[in-house]
Amino acid sequence: MRFKMRRNYEDDVALFKWKSTFLFYSFLFLILITLPLFSNSYIIYILNLIGIYTIVSLGLQILTGYTGLISLGHVAFFAIGAYSSAYLTSTLKLSFWVSLPISGMITCVIGFIVGIPALRMRGLYLAIATMAFSFIIEQIILQWEGVTNGVRGITLTRPTLGLISFRSDYVYYYLILSIALLLTMGIRNLLRSPMGRALIAIRDSEIAAQVMGIHLGRYKIIAFGMSAFYTGIAGCLFGHFMKYIGPENFTLLDSIGFIVMILIGGLGTLQGAVLGSVFVTFLPEFIRLIKDFFPSIIKEQSGIQPLVYALILIFFIIYEPHGIYGRWLKLKFYFEMFPYYKKDTFRRERKFYKSERSR
Amino acid sequence: MIIQEVLGGLTLGSIYALVALGFVLIYKTTEVINFAQGEFMTLGAFISFSLITSIKLNILLAIPITLILTFIFGILLDRLLLRKLVGEEAFALVMVTIGISIGMRSLIGMIWTYDTLSFPQIFSKNPIRMLGIITTPLQIGIIATTIAAVALLYIFFKYTRVGIAMQATAQNQLGSYLMGVNVERIFGLVWGISCMAAAIAGILLAPIIFLNHNMGFIGIKAFPAAIIGGFGSIPGAVVGGLILGVSESMAGIYLPTGFKDVFASLILLIVLMIRPGGIFGIQEKKRV
Repeated sequence: MRFKMRRNYEDDVALFKWKSTFLFYSFLFLILITLPLFSNSYIIYILNLIGIYTIVSLGLQILTGYTGLISLGHVAFFAIGAYSSAYLTSTLKLSFWVSLPISGMITCVIGFIVGIPALRMRGLYLAIATMAFSFIIEQIILQWEGVTNGVRGITLTRPTLGLISFRSDYVYYYLILSIALLLTMGIRNLLRSPMGRALIAIRDSEIAAQVMGIHLGRYKIIAFGMSAFYTGIAGCLFGHFMKYIGPENFTLLDSIGFIVMILIGGLGTLQGAVLGSVFVTFLPEFIRLIKDFFPSIIKEQSGIQPLVYALILIFFIIYEPHGIYGRWLKLKFYFEMFPYYKKDTFRRERKFYKSERSR
Repeated sequence: MIIQEVLGGLTLGSIYALVALGFVLIYKTTEVINFAQGEFMTLGAFISFSLITSIKLNILLAIPITLILTFIFGILLDRLLLRKLVGEEAFALVMVTIGISIGMRSLIGMIWTYDTLSFPQIFSKNPIRMLGIITTPLQIGIIATTIAAVALLYIFFKYTRVGIAMQATAQNQLGSYLMGVNVERIFGLVWGISCMAAAIAGILLAPIIFLNHNMGFIGIKAFPAAIIGGFGSIPGAVVGGLILGVSESMAGIYLPTGFKDVFASLILLIVLMIRPGGIFGIQEKKRV
């Protein structure tokens, strides 16, 4: 077990607690920068998607992981980001560099608006309400043909910056990478600030947070807005990456996919958001890869992918509720504490009484 | 004209009511919001479809066998999967049921088919005149079956020992456990009964919208019904289902296109905004 001697306040809020962590993340950064050199056009496509989904997971992590408000309709914000950028660039002929922040802001404002009625709802009612919200947005996309072009969808173009053109996936990767890093730093800083701690306090106990003087309504709305902003930016990047968006890109299953990402990665951790989006995005490719080793009766089934997806989700909730990052922490803890590791250290507390209803 | 639309709405509404009833039963007793309720419905419809068309059973024989099979399925699901998770956070449980729903949908597709099948008609679709209204035996049959199912459930909860034990468990799990109620068995039974209610809804719905592995999406549309009713009240769920069905078919006539599909969601949002506990819901006190 390592202990940190804190000599001043800067030590307490340092971005990296240990020098080794700093080295690890710098190494990771180097790998991320050089990754396109070693990948073919297919892998770079997947990497771009991972980048976009990482931003979504980060946004959802603010809302669900840190503030404890469950959203089953996050695809609505994703769609709003994508469609507003599509409208701004194709109809209003704005530059991508203007439309990126504006579509983020539009989504953020809608997030605030959704956040206001959400204040009255608790727990799973909120989850169902956000789901209803996403159905309504889906229908608006279908019906508001003047802006969204209905079922036909909209085509978008990749941006250029001076002499650099982001038309190739290899270059677009760096755009997504830099925005994702910027937004990660944003959350990291948010979590070190009083606001981040307020959000975590709300997650752990609303009443205790209120007693400590945290304005519940304000912080919940801010969490909604920030989460929507991140998702909107990701949606904008997604639209310009796919070059075409239609209503079929934004369904309930995508919302569930976002939740699954942060759940499998690890709820309430930034590393979890990244690991989860990597895992979930690679999963279909992985299934395609291992499919050849199975007998033909399994191989030829067309619905095998959602089934594996469902089984992994259930497996994680039952056996690995802290996600991939939680397993990594446990592993680290095991070696740090060796040979004093106790299995019950990470045991979850179970409640055998009406917990949700009387909170 | 209006009366006919109301009747059509009531038909769809009674199916919503049956699905919502399943949600409420499970939520009240086990505190799980079951997103797989719609897939239970699909499962029931497909089992009875196989019994009728492949094994060539009489419909009157096939339906009870379907109900028994789905009941067993519900109990097994509880025993094998959900019992491991008793006492977990509600969010984790919801995600498990979402996993079950995705998994069941693809399993049903694998076992049966991904194509759309037409379900054998139980009630005739030929219009008849009754009391000056044009209706079909199908509509009357659906409404009558729903009334019968709800009445049976009411009698079950009111007059049988197990039913009363279920009510006790819904009120206080720990208390009823201390009073000698076998809470685990009750949980299993509740999953079985809701699965059965969903199967009835599936068998009634399949002749209207054809048999498809995706028809469980109706289950998600029944959420508003349960929420209007306050998620904890069985009569509430039935009334909520009927309100939803009628208002949806009204929205189809009087509002522009697109409203019909989201009308359920709109009602849900409005109800939750005005009364977060549902119209019939009991306002629970906060306890620290």
